[in-house]
Amino acid sequence: MLAPELKARFDEEVKTHKIVLYMKGNQLFPQCGFSARALEALKPFGPVHSVNVLEDPAVREGIKEYSNWPTIPQVYINGQFVGGSDIVGELAARGELEALVKGG
Amino acid sequence: MLSPDWIKERIKGALPDAAVDVVDTTGTGDHFEARVVSAAFSGKSMVQQHQLVFAPLKDVLATGELHALALKTYSPEQWAKAKPELPTRS
Repeated sequence: MLAPELKARFDEEVKTHKIVLYMKGNQLFPQCGFSARALEALKPFGPVHSVNVLEDPAVREGIKEYSNWPTIPQVYINGQFVGGSDIVGELAARGELEALVKGG
Repeated sequence: MLSPDWIKERIKGALPDAAVDVVDTTGTGDHFEARVVSAAFSGKSMVQQHQLVFAPLKDVLATGELHALALKTYSPEQWAKAKPELPTRS
């Protein structure tokens, strides 16, 4: 069960920033290839607000419940859950990421 | 350490009609790529399609036994158009 204060934190975070990436490691030193891949796919479309889930186990587990998505990384654009590294890579390849960032 | 066949069986348990191919991409039994074609995906978004495949694997994803499962999901209609190759072990 996702704690209400954690849910409020995620709600706030994904609303405040256009592109939010919950990742392992930080932008200078991603600690997982999938997090690195998601970051690279997003970078061309604006500043990425990243959250290092390795710094807080509650965030690491909580974000999985928040989105009903069992893996990290997780990408949110304009407050909406978009997916993990596969989906973001696929959307980038199809040229659909830009519209997603601009919309909403 | 998990095997491609074990993952395939889990996915087919949840999506009995699915055509499933699973490759161990690193040879270490924890990073896999799967290609899944199922009528259950018709009309669903990519996120919803992936959620259907992750659902029967939640326990091993949670423990980290399964570190990564790269997914390519297709409804039969999407599959008829796409038909990409799976990668080989790197």
